[in-house]
Amino acid sequence: MSTMSLKDLNKIPVRLASGHRLCAGCGESIIARQILMGTEKDVVVTCSTGCFEVSTTIFPYTSWKVPYVHTAFGNGAATCAGVETAYKALLKQGKVKEDIRFVNFAGDGATYDIGLQALSGAMERGHNMLFVCLNNEAYMNTGIQRSSATGFGASTTTSWAGSVSAGKKEFPKDMTAIIAAHGVPFAAQTAPHAWRDMITKSQKAFECGGPSFINAISPCPRGWRFAPEETINISKLAVETCIWPLYEVENGTDYTLSAESMRIAEGKVEKKPVTDWIDSQGRYKHLKNEKWEPVVEKLQKENDRKWASLLKLCDL
Amino acid sequence: MTMPKKHSDLAINGDNAVALAWKQIDPDVCAAYPITPQTIIVEKFAEYIADGEVTTEFVCVESEHSALTLCTTSCSAGARTFTATASQGLAYMWEMLPITSSMRVPVIMAVANRAVSGPININNDHGDVMSARDCGWLTLFSENVQQAYDMSIIAPRIAEHPDVQLPCLVNLDGFILTHAIERMTPIDTQIVKKFVGEFKPMHPLLDVKHPVSHNLMDGPLFYFPHKYQMVQAMNNALKVAKDVFKEFAEISGREYHLVEEYMCEDAESIAIVLGSSFGTMKEAVDQLRREGMKVGVAMPRVFRPWPIEDLAKLMKGKKSVIVMDRHLSVGAYGPMFPEVCAAALENKDVPKMYNFIYGLGGADTMVSDFMSVFKDVKDGRATRINYLGVKQ
Repeated sequence: MSTMSLKDLNKIPVRLASGHRLCAGCGESIIARQILMGTEKDVVVTCSTGCFEVSTTIFPYTSWKVPYVHTAFGNGAATCAGVETAYKALLKQGKVKEDIRFVNFAGDGATYDIGLQALSGAMERGHNMLFVCLNNEAYMNTGIQRSSATGFGASTTTSWAGSVSAGKKEFPKDMTAIIAAHGVPFAAQTAPHAWRDMITKSQKAFECGGPSFINAISPCPRGWRFAPEETINISKLAVETCIWPLYEVENGTDYTLSAESMRIAEGKVEKKPVTDWIDSQGRYKHLKNEKWEPVVEKLQKENDRKWASLLKLCDL
Repeated sequence: MTMPKKHSDLAINGDNAVALAWKQIDPDVCAAYPITPQTIIVEKFAEYIADGEVTTEFVCVESEHSALTLCTTSCSAGARTFTATASQGLAYMWEMLPITSSMRVPVIMAVANRAVSGPININNDHGDVMSARDCGWLTLFSENVQQAYDMSIIAPRIAEHPDVQLPCLVNLDGFILTHAIERMTPIDTQIVKKFVGEFKPMHPLLDVKHPVSHNLMDGPLFYFPHKYQMVQAMNNALKVAKDVFKEFAEISGREYHLVEEYMCEDAESIAIVLGSSFGTMKEAVDQLRREGMKVGVAMPRVFRPWPIEDLAKLMKGKKSVIVMDRHLSVGAYGPMFPEVCAAALENKDVPKMYNFIYGLGGADTMVSDFMSVFKDVKDGRATRINYLGVKQ
């Protein structure tokens, strides 16, 4: 698919039916629909346990109009790799003839934490599959517990903000870089407000001929404490503050900043302060208290450092 | 069917015998992670891959958890899929065991039975497979290398049967069978292939023209009924296994039963045991018979489904039944003891029941030890639960 008009995209059959049980304003179904617009070929969807899995497959109903399988929480990559391996076996025997693509959707828990080992294994072995992280920055399915993707200073139900705590004490780990370091053909960060960015990346991922990874930030009204209609605005703000820069990495070393983040790098668009990010969500509301000023400063400083480091990787 | 070509016997260990059966079957997919004492199976199979002797897609996964995950979805995608493990590997797979069975995919897994840590111990007992007994897998046991080979060929026929559709564990005792070289008669590859037949998956994922969703979330309304469907499949497996054993006898001349018996018919006291100890106990029975003791020994070939009817028939009219458990539920009995007792309740009169725990972590158990078991029972020295060879 070379064109990218909304009219053309509309012709791609809908793979995820409406009527699923995700919360109003959830970013996950938006991301999944955009990712699945990235290929016109037959696709098999697999899921790690999490919000997205439970909300789309409550027996006797399924929201999936394409083949779908889920097994457990920490093994989404192996779940997908199993179907892909069977495909290779049956394709060479002529028992399957279609040109099929494979994608696993996982939350940040099933990517950054419990699912990391299986993900690393699948990426290293070179299965021809796309792994998408629906990154809502905490264990939302079990009720907003911190993960290693949770932002510094966020209040969660296991990293509460309290009289002696400013919320989560650690910065999130750089999962996209970790996967890129496997030397996979394609790894990228994207966000649901940037539909063109996301679909282009999905197309590249599906056609890269090997393992690929897309880390999509997924604003969560319940967990981040904002109104459901703000999802797309929050997604945009993540990029504007450089909390979530958009970029892609080919073959582990070739970093390219994507258009929206590039405009900030070139100075065409203002890089917004992290206070804009903090002010937009209830999970950070305690940081408005004067006593946590040093925490906000630390967040801005680390955000600047990471942004500068990314620009260097992109030869900017 | 043409008469099987007479094959010369092989001197072969149990792991290589399993790998040979796999080579002859040539499954679509195999994913496994090495662990002592199963390692020889994956090493040998990898050699067959390297030499182009099989067409299998072989995946060297990063863990047993991924091994069973990959095998489960590969099978649900429509590929015949085999794996092997032992001990910690099976423990690491545990989360996936009931998922594989509830997805009703007939994955075949060889288990080189080994003690479970801790303390860490690489030798044989049945702690690994007994911890998997409630997971909905068909479970077969082998007495010797020949049977490990034969069960590897039989397993897919039972597991893949449309009335069953459950995964299957093929057990062989670590080191005692996996590493010991025994004499074995193989079956001609073409006959094995014909016997096992083509895999006909039900609702495979890769039938993209007919999309299906596998392994959805069940509420209380559906979870229990779905489990009950597995109960029915297990019940069906009893008849299917008997039929497959009969068919296997035709190609091999070796006849298997749900419960294997030795000198049980006129015995007053019988022992029930699993795995390689069945052979050792036969020798103990022979020696005791020469001393005039009316004893016998039996082995449930099929441990899941539990062959209640056959066991009840076996125990009918016996004075005493001794259950030999090579595992221990600490704080209770051996895992097989309550199950044998429950099967005995099918008869009007229940024999005196004794439980002997033996051979944990590879503790050597000799013919003389097994003879002492029968004698302890006869002379009234045995208690309800006994720990063979442990100073108390």
